[in-house]
Amino acid sequence: MYLTTKEERILNGEFGEGTRKAIELLVAIGDAYDAEKMIPIGRAHAASSGQEGDLYFVELLANGGARCKVPTSTNPVYDIEYFDRLFEVPKDEGEVARRVMEAYKRVGAILSWSCTPYMAENIPLYGETVAFSESSATPYVNSVIGARTNREAAQSALAAGVNGKTPEYGLHIKDNRKGTVLVKAEAALKDEFDYTLLGYYVGKRIDYGIPVFTGISRRPNTEELINFCAMSNTSGAVSMFYMPGFTVEASTVEEAFQGDTPGDKITVTDQELKQTYKELQTTSGKIDFVMLGCPHYTLKQIGEVARLLSGKKIHDDVSFWVCTSATTRILAERTGIVDVIDRAGGHVVVDTCIDEPCWIAYRDKVGMTDSPKCAYYRRFKEAIVARLKDCVEAAIEGRWG
Amino acid sequence: MKSLEIALKCHRIIGGYGEGEALVSHEPICFYLTDPKTGMVRERTHELAGKNLADKVLVFPSGKASSVVQIDGLYKLASNNVAPRAMIVKDVETVLVVSAFIAKVPLVDKLEKDPFEVIRTGDFIKVDAEKGVVTITRQEVWHNRDVTS
Repeated sequence: MYLTTKEERILNGEFGEGTRKAIELLVAIGDAYDAEKMIPIGRAHAASSGQEGDLYFVELLANGGARCKVPTSTNPVYDIEYFDRLFEVPKDEGEVARRVMEAYKRVGAILSWSCTPYMAENIPLYGETVAFSESSATPYVNSVIGARTNREAAQSALAAGVNGKTPEYGLHIKDNRKGTVLVKAEAALKDEFDYTLLGYYVGKRIDYGIPVFTGISRRPNTEELINFCAMSNTSGAVSMFYMPGFTVEASTVEEAFQGDTPGDKITVTDQELKQTYKELQTTSGKIDFVMLGCPHYTLKQIGEVARLLSGKKIHDDVSFWVCTSATTRILAERTGIVDVIDRAGGHVVVDTCIDEPCWIAYRDKVGMTDSPKCAYYRRFKEAIVARLKDCVEAAIEGRWG
Repeated sequence: MKSLEIALKCHRIIGGYGEGEALVSHEPICFYLTDPKTGMVRERTHELAGKNLADKVLVFPSGKASSVVQIDGLYKLASNNVAPRAMIVKDVETVLVVSAFIAKVPLVDKLEKDPFEVIRTGDFIKVDAEKGVVTITRQEVWHNRDVTS
């Protein structure tokens, strides 16, 4: 890969060890993909996770004096003090989380601790070159916003944020943004949960690839798009998709395929979604917890939880959690909907995610969620996946099915 | 009788030098599904199930699974000194590059011959990522010589 004089000097360590390590990683990635050069980015999102591999790299950069050159937001970890009051978080796990959060602060990241930074804390522009890791974030910024990012890891995104650059490869090149598979949507797609099932099914079916949809009859809303992105990039590796007419980059199916004929075609009917739902019903009976907000709930979704819980009481044996960002919680507090959830016995929790060690108390418990991604991580004995209204009903009843 | 030794050009992704016995997997590998203390593959349905990655030169088509678990998986193996000594792959992606970078495991691709045709489990492999050369020594030839001499 061609490097400018300045990039060579960074690689020689003239600007400190932290930036040197960061560019070394970018050069390795560039070499792997035979990238010609580096290109500037406008912003980055590092999918920090509070795990050891994450800690190693962010401390390497922080201790070497690196600072983010462009706005670089962070993914959920967890508030140790908050969870220490609730459960026994193992000391060593808590220490990793504390050090990760402290190191991201030292590198000058935006401490959003949010998995949907494109909603508020770090919003890309149409056509902007960015480096966004995190399952819902990569396809959302590529497809819904029309910015350009590869499917980054936390570390490659952070390295890009520190250098303000990324190697020019993959989805930064127009040819590679071509659709690969035509998806005929014959299913009704009535609500957010249908888009969850659609994403989960399509991701599993195509694995790697860029689906192009036809047959979507109504404009999907923000939450439906977020769910589709999160699930298709969990069960598969979908970094980009087209819903011509509703997503920005191509206005027709032909344009999405850049004039080529689609290699593969699949059809999704109500039957496929029903079958996907059935596979997620792993058990029934008494439940111990309900976990919502994977990805982080929007203000609208928290409002819907409050509406469903208004004047009701969550069963004494059920813990009820809604994960969101600190930014959204402030608005939810102001709007009065956090109070409604509190009164019903639920919790609106910020800065964390269902895939963090802080939930260790539920390792042997049975819970419910509206997110197959939440169930996928297997942090719990069982996680039944169902619609939000069913999760809330089960929380009140103390059982499902 | 001489041992069979061939040297092939390759493309360096993560630099360094590593040597050891080859372990060939035709299926993608997820490092999170190995025992972090020993390097043994725990994924029951995998062709390498029960085999150990520690100190081997791993030959496989590509990585799989989410970035967080893949990177953490290889990092934990390296922290416990049970990571592979080097890795030879066919299809490389960002997450695998980051994993090898963080675990400091030499990683190469674009071997001038198909690695699955020229390398067998048990061969002795030297990966010089810096020079872009992979050297393969067929152990069974040595073994035959020992028997016949």
